[in-house]
Amino acid sequence: MNDISLKDALKVVGTRPVRPDGVDKVMGRAQFGGDAVMPGMIFGSTVRSPHAHARIIKIDTSAAEAMKGVRAVVTAADLPNITSEEAFVGEGPMNFRDLSCNLMARDKVLYDGHVVAAVAATSTSIARAAAEAIKVEYEVLPHVINEMEAMQPGAPVLHDDIFTSGVDPKPTTPSNVVKRMEFAKGDLEAGFAAADKIVERTYTTAPVHQAYIEPHACVAAFNPDGQCQVICSSQGHFMVRAYCAKLLGIDISEIRVTPAEIGGGFGGKTLVYLEPLALALSRKAGRPVRMVMTREEVFRGSGPTSGGTINVKVGAKMDGTITAAHAEVILQAGAYPGSPIGPALMTCWAMYDIENASAVGFDVVSNRPKVAAYRAPGAPISTYATESAVDELSRAIGMDPIELRLKNAAKDGTKALYGPTFQNIGYVETLEAAKNHPNLQAKLGPNQGRGVAAGFWFNIGGESSASLAVNEDGTIALVSGSPDIGGSRASMAMMAAEVLGVNVERVRPIIGDTASVGFTFVTGGSRVTFATGTAVCDASDDIVKQLRGRAAKLWEIDVEAVEWRDGSAYPAGDNAGKFEPLSLADIAVKSGRTGGPIAAKATVNAQGAGPGWGVHVVDVEVDKETGHVKILRYTAAQDVGRAIHPSYVEGQVQGGAVQGIGWALNEEYIYDKDGRLDNGGFLDYRVPVASDLPKIDVALVEVPNPRHPFGAKGVGEVPIVPPMAAIANAIFDATGVRMTSLPMSPPKVRAALDAAGK
Amino acid sequence: MATVHLGATLCRTYCGDIRVVEVKALTIGRMIKELDALFPGLGNQIEESMAVAVDGEIFQDTLIDPIGPDSEVHLIPKIAGG
Amino acid sequence: MSKTHVTCTVNGEETEFLCDSNQTVLDVLREDLGLTGSKEGCGSGDCGACSVLVDGRLVCSCLMFGSEAEGTSITTIEGIADGENLHPVQSQFLKHAALQCGFCTPGLIVATKALLDANPSPTDEEARYWLAGNLCRCTGYDKIMNAVHAAAAELRGESA
Repeated sequence: MNDISLKDALKVVGTRPVRPDGVDKVMGRAQFGGDAVMPGMIFGSTVRSPHAHARIIKIDTSAAEAMKGVRAVVTAADLPNITSEEAFVGEGPMNFRDLSCNLMARDKVLYDGHVVAAVAATSTSIARAAAEAIKVEYEVLPHVINEMEAMQPGAPVLHDDIFTSGVDPKPTTPSNVVKRMEFAKGDLEAGFAAADKIVERTYTTAPVHQAYIEPHACVAAFNPDGQCQVICSSQGHFMVRAYCAKLLGIDISEIRVTPAEIGGGFGGKTLVYLEPLALALSRKAGRPVRMVMTREEVFRGSGPTSGGTINVKVGAKMDGTITAAHAEVILQAGAYPGSPIGPALMTCWAMYDIENASAVGFDVVSNRPKVAAYRAPGAPISTYATESAVDELSRAIGMDPIELRLKNAAKDGTKALYGPTFQNIGYVETLEAAKNHPNLQAKLGPNQGRGVAAGFWFNIGGESSASLAVNEDGTIALVSGSPDIGGSRASMAMMAAEVLGVNVERVRPIIGDTASVGFTFVTGGSRVTFATGTAVCDASDDIVKQLRGRAAKLWEIDVEAVEWRDGSAYPAGDNAGKFEPLSLADIAVKSGRTGGPIAAKATVNAQGAGPGWGVHVVDVEVDKETGHVKILRYTAAQDVGRAIHPSYVEGQVQGGAVQGIGWALNEEYIYDKDGRLDNGGFLDYRVPVASDLPKIDVALVEVPNPRHPFGAKGVGEVPIVPPMAAIANAIFDATGVRMTSLPMSPPKVRAALDAAGK
Repeated sequence: MATVHLGATLCRTYCGDIRVVEVKALTIGRMIKELDALFPGLGNQIEESMAVAVDGEIFQDTLIDPIGPDSEVHLIPKIAGG
Repeated sequence: MSKTHVTCTVNGEETEFLCDSNQTVLDVLREDLGLTGSKEGCGSGDCGACSVLVDGRLVCSCLMFGSEAEGTSITTIEGIADGENLHPVQSQFLKHAALQCGFCTPGLIVATKALLDANPSPTDEEARYWLAGNLCRCTGYDKIMNAVHAAAAELRGESA
């Protein structure tokens, strides 16, 4: 069963069953965060800063508190004043004081939309009116939005306790530069000296939002005995529990979090924004409190990902050998430290086997919402620059862009810039799959161009828990701790069914609350099918072992003489004796009489997640009059290890690619001169719609990961890495103009064409 | 002895100019203790914010996974995702 | 604040409710009638997650006041299936894996039904423009379009 090379022997893995939660979702019955109800619940709202940077002088809540229907008002004074403490709880390192201050401003507001107070009332409209009645007096301070301006001496300083780390000597005055980071190998100078052609250029990207369609939502109750209940939409209910406990100063055992269905996250729901506020309001009001963000609050108050500035220099010989590569990446962290600078540096040259390479980066705070994770955090930003530069290099030496990548491709044994040596990777196979795709035979017309780019993401494993119970009729109850963000219940049920040898319809998968299943890390880092899937397979193996034991008891033979295949127990050979096979249902119905219920649990801290590789090829047409870029054809090839449910694997690739198309062409945060967000809604923050897009063709490459029972690798993040460079490269192919700033929106493309006299 | 490569950024903070050390350890936990003895504070830094790549495979938040007698180990920033 | 008494038909049943002047049809459906299948993604008519049919017309229920519903017939996602028999649009969404998180799905299914009621054989371009008011952030729309065309074929009586 665990020989991953035996793909042909698999009966469930690799098929496309209807997902177990599907009917609820197409009938409108699925319960999302904002649908959950608690008896007697009231409704919360927030007061948010209208200033990008200001000192809070005074908060007057008296008028709001006097309003009919208002039950509670909270400010930072109602939350513990947490001291600085670094931890790694959700996604990336986190300072709990920063998280507390981000949740509810203390002393200073650091961005437009920063929460300063919250209110609960008997209706949403009363709560909102009360929020408006809360008077906050501010001393407005100078602000800074752009990362390059924030780095300048004399820029408004957000925090007086940030002294740049990673530089020698350590500075003695505070600044907005949190840290400098560096990866290097070989001799860069010698590498560039050996190059025949060198490309050097600066690129910029705009901050973009994950833009999940479901706004953050929760309902929470803080009981007089200290016990708390939270029902919410998040990428990790154990993460919500940990943050609520820490930020409110209560024991983890007092908090039970039940995961609602989650309406998209893409990394953006790996932090808390509402849950601790709802609990604090509930504690004061004595009633459960529901809080749901408006769309504007989602844009202004929850984490987008960084914008950045990237300087790239890369050189090659005329035969295509890349001799040296360097990238300098400056990323906005938003109001508190923690941009994805590390992965931005580690991923940007990962596709290449380069002897001499370096990547240097800076994490910079500015007056924008604190960034949150967004699909392959950091990699799309840096890779847009490096893959654009490599395209320019391939044109400079007159080599096909896929051939250049094949010539320099990372393969098993390649030592990555950040240290480790790759193994079991499928990058070359992915390049070949892209190269051989029929879409590449399509002829291009006037103003049309084709672009290629590649991308890398590590994927992670980590802690997961799962349990299985054999019901008395032989069906299976499967509980895991991973919120299902895109169909993972289907793949969990399929892996269990494969191990047990039963039809997938006989396995009913659910997600347990924090009191019903062991700790499970967030649904993020493309880890669920890999890590939680491993726990599910381990528990299923245990069930098989128990089933064999029960058959052995019924047959009065040794357990070693019983084998399990196709969902039934068989005598292992003639010596074992002659017995009719016993199906899982046969054994289940007698389980009480052979030792009691059959159940198993497994917990893992999965290591050795296989990295993912993607190669995208895009055809575009540029309207030279308007600057509008139309996507004509899109091909995404990716090494996925093993596709458990191929439809949902393709869906991850298609969805990630389309988010990348939005990042490339439309999406950006736009600020006015006072640092207020100008486009906090879906009309002005334009995500791709159906009519913007062609089919997204997917080529799945399967180079199995030996660390997973069926060879699965993470798939969700890689596909957002290549699109921006692929599209920029296609625009160059169509027009001869190199777009070095995202988004490549019509006015910017039109301006670039103008500047080039085209 | 496993060969431990100290990431460039880490070197600046804890290890001076030293980039590579040999460590006698058969588990990640033992390696962290040995490194902390050599560079005080580094052990905590690794546990809090670093991943350990052993012969190319990345390990995070674990003390018990094995290191081979001739393993090549790289310390890198911990990886999360979206 | 005095409430308005409204009588209308919701999913085939005569329904009465009282609403405040600032309550939308979406608010009434979700908060007063317990029909939470229609979702609020933006509250400004940009995302389509709250799509319902009002007298057969596709409407963002977040843009219509409850008091405007007097005398109308409203169909929500909860009224698309025939009892426990899924509508072909619903079953084809499942078959083609046209959903990931499922939050936009109710609106997309209502909008697709409206499309196929009006145009039983849409071209891909017609379908994409019709559904351009329904945002999906997960799927990239590819599998949604497959489901839409398969549902159209099924409704036309063609074998899939």
